[in-house]
Amino acid sequence: MNFIDRKIVENVSRRGFLQGALASGVFILSARFVPEPLWAAEGEAAAAFDPSLWMAIASDGTVTIVAHRSEMGCGSRTALPLVVADELDADWARVKIGQAIGDSKYGDQDTDGSHSVRSYFELMRQVGATGRAMLLSAAATQWNVSAKDCSTEPHFVVHKASGRKLGYGELAAAAAKLPVPKKEELRFKSRGEWRYIGKESNALFDLPDIVTGNAVFGMDAAMPGMVYASIEHPPVLGQKIKSYDDKAALKVAGVRKTLTIDTVEPPHMFKPLGGVAVIADNTWAAFSGRKQLKIEWGSSPHSVYNSGEFRKTLEATSRQPGKIVRDVGDVDAAFAKADKIIEAEYYTPHLAHGAMEPNVAVAEYRDGKVLAWAPTQNPQAVQETVAGVLGLKKEDVTCHVTLLGGGFGRKSKPDQVAEAAILSKQLGKPVKVVWTREDDIKCDYFHSVAAMYMKAAIGPNGKPTAWLQRTTYPPIGSTFDASAKYADDEMGLGWNNLPFDIPNHRAENGPADYHVRIGWLRSVANIYHAFAIHSFADELAKAANRDSVEYLLDLLGPPRIVQLDLKGDEAEEAKAYPLDTARLRRVIEVAGEKSEWGKRAMGKGRGMGIAAHRSFLTYVATVVEVEVDNRGQVHIPNVWTAVDAGTFVSPDNIRNQFQGAAVFGTSLALVSEITATNGVIDQSNFDSYQLTRMSRAPRQIDVHIVESDAPPAGVGEPGVPPFAPALFNAVFAATGKRVRELPLSKTKLV
Amino acid sequence: MIRLKVNGKEKTFDGDPEMPLLWYLRDVAGLTGTKFGCGMSLCGACTVHQNGEAIRSCSTSMKEVAGSEITTIEGIAPMHPVQKAWMEIRVPQCGYCQTGQIMQAIALLKENRHPSDQDIDTVMSGNLCRCGTYPRIRAAIHQAAKELA
Repeated sequence: MNFIDRKIVENVSRRGFLQGALASGVFILSARFVPEPLWAAEGEAAAAFDPSLWMAIASDGTVTIVAHRSEMGCGSRTALPLVVADELDADWARVKIGQAIGDSKYGDQDTDGSHSVRSYFELMRQVGATGRAMLLSAAATQWNVSAKDCSTEPHFVVHKASGRKLGYGELAAAAAKLPVPKKEELRFKSRGEWRYIGKESNALFDLPDIVTGNAVFGMDAAMPGMVYASIEHPPVLGQKIKSYDDKAALKVAGVRKTLTIDTVEPPHMFKPLGGVAVIADNTWAAFSGRKQLKIEWGSSPHSVYNSGEFRKTLEATSRQPGKIVRDVGDVDAAFAKADKIIEAEYYTPHLAHGAMEPNVAVAEYRDGKVLAWAPTQNPQAVQETVAGVLGLKKEDVTCHVTLLGGGFGRKSKPDQVAEAAILSKQLGKPVKVVWTREDDIKCDYFHSVAAMYMKAAIGPNGKPTAWLQRTTYPPIGSTFDASAKYADDEMGLGWNNLPFDIPNHRAENGPADYHVRIGWLRSVANIYHAFAIHSFADELAKAANRDSVEYLLDLLGPPRIVQLDLKGDEAEEAKAYPLDTARLRRVIEVAGEKSEWGKRAMGKGRGMGIAAHRSFLTYVATVVEVEVDNRGQVHIPNVWTAVDAGTFVSPDNIRNQFQGAAVFGTSLALVSEITATNGVIDQSNFDSYQLTRMSRAPRQIDVHIVESDAPPAGVGEPGVPPFAPALFNAVFAATGKRVRELPLSKTKLV
Repeated sequence: MIRLKVNGKEKTFDGDPEMPLLWYLRDVAGLTGTKFGCGMSLCGACTVHQNGEAIRSCSTSMKEVAGSEITTIEGIAPMHPVQKAWMEIRVPQCGYCQTGQIMQAIALLKENRHPSDQDIDTVMSGNLCRCGTYPRIRAAIHQAAKELA
């Protein structure tokens, strides 16, 4: 198979990187460079932090920068190396990116939560500035001048007084021998000196490979001698194989054998679901053989799961008092003396991720070690999961990371890599596990179904004197602890931090059981929390007969830092990233201005809606304009989003992410829904699980970046949460119909 | 024995004639630029050209392409004006669906040198992009159309 030798995304292992580097006489930031611990929470990582992991300069001037975060389309594989290159003053055209394998030495590699740039911006600057200082010092020594009299231009050190200059490649060997300066001795560029950070010229590093078909995704990874596997998973979570007949499957040309994988026991973690694997010479034979399997499945406690019935349970729970997660003033007293009360309930269904690349992995087990290639958001979770199921040490599992054909949170969970490793151990050869689209949709870690109950006491001018909000859904925690019923970890995702200026406020969370695996999906619980909060805010505005934007600004109140009752990591985070209503007001004002809110004549069936939500520490306001035709079809001619993400690296990438978030938001607002009958997921492919296509996507999406010197915040996720409520508020403006459940396709508008 | 031309090269195939072209291209011929997304012609990630026309290779069997000339993304000389426009507009995010989008766009522009927004929507709505790059895809097709004119 000639394609085994194809170029694979260039991956670097520590040993390989060092050997390759040293062999060609290059400068690498050596282990003598010991910066301050960056990631105190990751104890091991902090202790072992070693910048020689990050960067090397070859004698030909090629600078290799390591990307330790996964690339699933959000741009971090480009953004973080750009930061290094900027402080190094490297010529970006001479930079190569090496993709890190999974290794705790890199610190946290779980590419989720929109925090790659936020968490690593300063460190990447330090890596680059250290390299630049050493190159300057090497040149100064060679010229016998003071380093202070030298400067850099991209890829060169320059001595202006004498007109001399030396290339980084020429200086690499000498620089490598110098002591590594301490952080306090470094000179960082001022904002005005940044060459790449914040610039329009930045494009994705992998762009040329993507448009020519040379980019290597997990689906494209291969190992010599590998076989292909397709796995029939239990239709209901937890079902075990009672018996199976593979005679017909084995008759399919190209099918070699079948193997079983034990059904997962809770907690499900990232372990394989179990099932019957068909092993074949190619993907098609594996798929075809699998269709011929006859399997009798045992019972499962989750066979009772019917999403229609479950909705009633969630809604009933949300009508009852729950666990209090934030309590300000005295909500009950305020309700007792209120003249006017408004209540509303909201519902959002399960969602599947639907990344364009289905789950896939290649793994080889040999002599007690595993080598895997996978499109994973979290290569260290691959190490832990594979080691766990095979009884190995984490260090015995090497995980190379390909490009990801979309991730959206699904690819944080490497169950398919464990499948490949288990099968490889049984077969004695490398195995490529390829999920079908049906597997991908039916066997997801689903975005949770949720029910929200909202209640407000209305005071003078229609502004609430009290605001109660309750939310209930099976928590992500149930994936890790089968007894978990409360969503403690999701409360920070738009529920315990309502930014409104309301004297009496309480947020609660009700208990719920899980019946499918629950996981993170792009912006996670912010989706349903923002839907309820910002739909309800608009309902109150309309009830008060006030303009939605003006009312929203009134709800936010005067510019201030919102006092939150946070603990642990969230409290730490709030120190560097306080919840600042001035920034939220500003994005609302910009979105209002750009959309000419209130100034454009809206004809029949047209309307605009707004929502503003801070998530992943980024402030976003979105205005959606809809046109509802006489068949009740919703068209979206325009979207305006204003975003304050603090300091950013690539403005065009922000625009692309927020445009994409509007389309992602359109899918979940208009058409996407996962349901279950007797524990079996009803949807299977893109016919039954609908995603937005070009014809129904917003036609024009304008993204306005509000400049800020604040530290970097998230970019990949924060565009999603405000979209659905803004759209539904627009539908109300256009039709007078208040729809309180996703997706809109379930409600007839005419 | 099935004979076909892939990117100008003569090929023979003596495997299962029901095998979709997609899996021949990926697993047998080693041309992995063509992607698997759904297996049911619902997403367009597997789009290639059969005698110059866009087809979904996931639902086209080898026996259906016998004697045909197949062009995959690897057979498009870089940088085709469509690829160039994709670079300039910076269309991709994750990039997985983009080879299928590009093959569909090239076929569209061959048929219709000056497509309207509506024309583009009609043809390109068979190609899903979960990252949501549709507005940029539309812009890139208009830009490529200008260059091809």
